[in-house]
Order: sequence, then C-alpha cells, then structure tokens
Amino acid sequence: MFTLGVDIGSTTAKAVLLKDGEEIVSSSIVVATVGTDGVSQAIENVLRESRMKRAEIRVTVVTGYGRKTYPNADFQVSELTCHAIGAHHEFDNVRTVIDIGGQDAKVLSLNEEGRMVNFAMNDKCAAGTGRFLDVMANILNLDISQLAGEAAKATAPANISSTCTVFAESEVISQLASGIKIPDVVAGICQSVASRVAALVKRVGVREPICMTGGVARNDGVRRALEKELGVGITTSERAQLMGALGAALYAYDKAK
Amino acid sequence: MMAEEVRKKRPAPDPNSAKYKLGQIAAKAYSDCIEAKKRGEMVGWCASNFPVEIPETLGLHVCYPENQAAAIAARGGGERLCSESEGEGYSNDICAYARISLAYMKLKKAPEQDMPQPDFVLCCNNICNCMIKWYENISKELNIPMIMIDIPFNPDYEVSPAQIEYVRAQFWDAIHQLEKITGKKWSDERFREVKEISGRSSRAWLAATACAKYTPSPFNGFDLLNHMAVMVTARGKKEAAEAMETLLKEYEENHQKGTSTFHGEEKYRIMFEGIACWPWLRATSTGLKNRGINMVTTIYADAFGFIYDDFDGMCRAYSRVPNAINLELARDKRIKLCRDNHVEGLLVHTNRSCKLWSGFMAEMSRQIGEACNIPVVSFDGDQADPRNFSEAQYDTRVQGLMEIMEANKGGH
Repeated sequence: MFTLGVDIGSTTAKAVLLKDGEEIVSSSIVVATVGTDGVSQAIENVLRESRMKRAEIRVTVVTGYGRKTYPNADFQVSELTCHAIGAHHEFDNVRTVIDIGGQDAKVLSLNEEGRMVNFAMNDKCAAGTGRFLDVMANILNLDISQLAGEAAKATAPANISSTCTVFAESEVISQLASGIKIPDVVAGICQSVASRVAALVKRVGVREPICMTGGVARNDGVRRALEKELGVGITTSERAQLMGALGAALYAYDKAK
Repeated sequence: MMAEEVRKKRPAPDPNSAKYKLGQIAAKAYSDCIEAKKRGEMVGWCASNFPVEIPETLGLHVCYPENQAAAIAARGGGERLCSESEGEGYSNDICAYARISLAYMKLKKAPEQDMPQPDFVLCCNNICNCMIKWYENISKELNIPMIMIDIPFNPDYEVSPAQIEYVRAQFWDAIHQLEKITGKKWSDERFREVKEISGRSSRAWLAATACAKYTPSPFNGFDLLNHMAVMVTARGKKEAAEAMETLLKEYEENHQKGTSTFHGEEKYRIMFEGIACWPWLRATSTGLKNRGINMVTTIYADAFGFIYDDFDGMCRAYSRVPNAINLELARDKRIKLCRDNHVEGLLVHTNRSCKLWSGFMAEMSRQIGEACNIPVVSFDGDQADPRNFSEAQYDTRVQGLMEIMEANKGGH
C-alpha cells in the first residue's frame, strides 16, 4: 500500500512516498513553495522516481503552513504532529524533537509512546530560524551548506548580541569590518540561533533523547552549538528535512489501514 | 446577466431574549451618558474594576474607556487610533486600550463607538498600574479631576483587615470628592438597593456561566465575552439583573432541550485564558469552532460575580479582582473552573497589550496544566492592536492543541 506525505513549508515543498508504512520509495525537496509550482513539482518528482501514478496512492496527507492551500489531500494535519510522528519513526525512543525550519522553530515533547504531549514555537520573529542563517550566509558570501564547515574552524566565536535578524546583519558587517575572522563570525551566528532555540527547549523541558529535524538540522554548527547550550547530545538524520513529509505519509498509512 | 448574490438574511433578534436585552443595556450605557452630557450633567470615564457601586449610588453617569476601546478594536478601528496616539508620542509598547482611549480623547469622534468627553475620571489600579498614567494624562490634558483609588497587588491568599481598612478609607474619600465635584449626595439606602441589585446580577451571572458544567455546554463560551460587558458596566441596574436571570433560564432550557448557542458538535472543551483578541474575534472563534472546540469557560466567568453583604465586603471584593491576587489564588480559581467544567485543554492568549496578565500567565498556566493534566498552548495576540496577531500562527497552534486533545481521547 502506498501513501503520500506532502509538507508545504515556508521556503520548501517536500514529498515522501511510502510503501506499507515502512519503506521510503522516493522523496523530493523543492526550493519553491506556496504560490509557485513547487508543490506539484515535488509530487511529480516522487511519482516519476518511483514510476507510479497518482491513482496508486491510497491516502495523501498534507502538512506545513501551506497545508490549507492544497486541495488534493485526504487529510490535513499540523506539522507539529507530523514531525513528532516522523521523528518517532526515525528514533523510536526520542522524547524531545527540535525542528528548525525556514521561518519556524518548534520544540515538541513526546511521551513514551511517541505521542506529542506538549510543544512550543517561536512567535512573531524569525531570528533563530533558517531565514536568519540565509541572511547571514548572504553577507558572508557563503553558501548555506558551507556554514557548518566554517564554524568548525572557529577559534574564538564572535558574540552577536542583537536578537533581531536585521540588526544582527549590521552587527556582523561591523565585526567583519573590524577584522574578526569569518569562521569566528559563523560560529557566533550558530551560537545565536542555538541560544534562542535553547530557550524554547527549556520551556518545554529537556528530556533525552533529543533529535533535530528540519532543514537547519543539516547544519552541524548549529547542532553542536545547541548541544553545548543544553549540555546534552542531539542526534539527527540525513532525512531531517523530510521528517514532516515522512510523518504525514505515516499518518496517511495509519488512516488507510 | 449574472444573478446577484443573495445575502443570507439574519433573523430579527427576539426582543425577549437575553442576548437582545443585554445588547440593549450595553448600548444604553453609552446613550444614557451621551444624553446626560447633553442635559448639562457631569459625566465620567471609569476604570473597569473601579467600584461601579459608587457612581451608581450617587446617580452619576459614567462610561468605560476599556469597553469603548474593545468595541472600536472589534469594529476595525484599533490600528487607526493606535497610530494616532503613537503619532502623539505614546509608545507602541503601552496597552492598546490606553492608546485608543488617549487618541479618542484628542479626536473626540470614532464611528465605531462614540462616548461623551469626561468631566472627571475614576481610576482604580486593581487592574493594573498603566491605568494610573493613562488616566492622569487624560486628567491633565482635559484639566479635569481624577479620583484615584489605590488597591495594591495582594501577595497573600486572603485580604487582610489592614487592606480593607486602607481601601475603605479611600472609597469614602472618593465618595466625598465626587459629592463635592458633582453636587450629588451619597445615600446609604440607595447603596443598599444598588448592593442588592448588584448581588442579584452577580448570582445570576455566576449561575449562568456555571451551566458550562453540562456536557455539551448549553452555550458558546465566546458569548460570555460579550455578555460580560453588562456585568462590568451595569450590574447595579435592575434591568441587568433581569437580563442575567433570563440568560440563566435560557441556558438551563438549552440544557433540557439538548441545544446550545455553540453551533455544531462540541468535540473538545477548553478554557480560554486572557482578554479576547478583539480585532481578530472572527478568526480566533472560527479557528476553534471549525474544529469542534468550544471555549466553555474563562476567568471572567468568576471575575464579575461581586457578592458581598456590607461595605467592607465590597472593599474585600474589589481587592480580590483577577489582576490583584497572588499567583496561587489566580491558579486555584482557574483550576476549579477547569475541573467544574470538564475542560480538556487550555488556550492562552499572550496579550502584548497586557504585560501584567501576560507576565503571570506562563507559570500559572504551566501549573494549571500539571494540576489538571491538560495540554496548554499559547499564541501571541493583542486585545486591541491588530498588528500583533498572525492568523496562520494561531491556526497551527490551535490545530496542535486539538491534535493533542484528540490523542488524549484515544484518537490518532
């Protein structure tokens, strides 16, 4: 039985095609979302890769901020629940999930059965999310994928005191102008994200094991800074950015059974 | 030719219904004040937790800037007036009710809700201290007297005799000041009448809101946010007592018949913590209603039931309003409401305009969640400034709350 999970986020559209609630047959991440053909592109990609037709999909679940704009799903579930389901599938004893996406940061608390029992999200402000890292990478003339490598070379991480992304941008520019090395600035940027997100984690409660999901989980610099801030180890998966879509596909399987 | 869209006609409200009567009383509170001003009587602007018994007993007409600001915000004028006072130099960080009121004081007109300019202001800080500066500014700018009653925050669970003595002296001082300013005279007999009526209104209000103990609830909790206006502004009036008794009767009848003013299946029952997000009332209520979530109770269900036997009892009641009590009492009142009304989740409005309330909400709500074993979710918003709310963020949080409540019931 095949189920489809679609995660329409603020910056990317993701799709996961799942077989029998276990095997990821195909997946896709498209850097284009609501208002573009990103969503249909992601779905076309997974169908093409698996050589399947839409009609062969038993149940489709959509999640993410753009979930209400997608008319072809059987169910619409919040990304909170989907990330919880996805993370629990990936790490079956996980108790705290930290999801940092394009504009959103959320922390989920799971019980022993992997059910979400509490959550906290960032409000009003995208500092501490992928957007913050995008802006900083741009000033530093780096690709976002290079940030982790640069942070690893830091010897004296810079302190970025501004909580606002726009003001932090000015702060980083003046740090570069005063000769602070790029790796130290990047480490400071990662630290800035970590300290904002750590505050959310503490609100919900630090219960191990902890995992990271969402696009920013691929940034080892942020993950290591978060580990240091919380004093605990944090795992992640290569599929971190697909956790929402995976969770949606798993939810779909549960509904289909 | 395209057919014209047929607008769904709303049925005319039943003039015998509580909703109609309460709406009339709320509107009359403004029109009475406007008429009194036209007749040359002195009228006042009054803080919501100032003892309404004082102007009522003296025969003074007052209206309520907080209530006016809520109405202006609910009818779409919040940002316009906030921008006006911010342009005057008031900080964007202060209470939006204050910003709207200070703008209205200057503009003297708002199509959303007008009221006459004051000849005196009645301030009591049992609700907050922002109120003091807000009313001082009005008093100074319009060159009118300000009557101030100081009811400090009470860190103890009970109200002490010393506090009652302090408050009693100020109540009498306020009465004497008003007698001098307005020429009206206090009457103990009239106070007894007002006290009886206020008690009658309060008993009916408390009994009506307690009907949320029934499952399903015979009313949509959002109704309380409207009906409450009469308890704030007019509970000392006989027609308010009668209307509240009608409300109670209607809710009991709904329960007998298995009907409710909450339209649709009541799948989940929550408590709503905080002031309503007035500029976004439709979005916030729809987000709940569409998911079968009924907000069955709120602290307002308890807050405006002023029941007391004598003058000192009245002083005690005003020293025990929601924003003047300690964390433990605030928490315990809400735990009781959650238990009595079979609440399954708590939705907290972190209201940018109200730093005092939002300040204690986080820890209090955490303790309530633990004590009642219910999920607690918060969202950012504002009681009157529409710029501090995001519909998409609210929707995700409410959906998350619903999914936890659903799982707790054994659903997916």
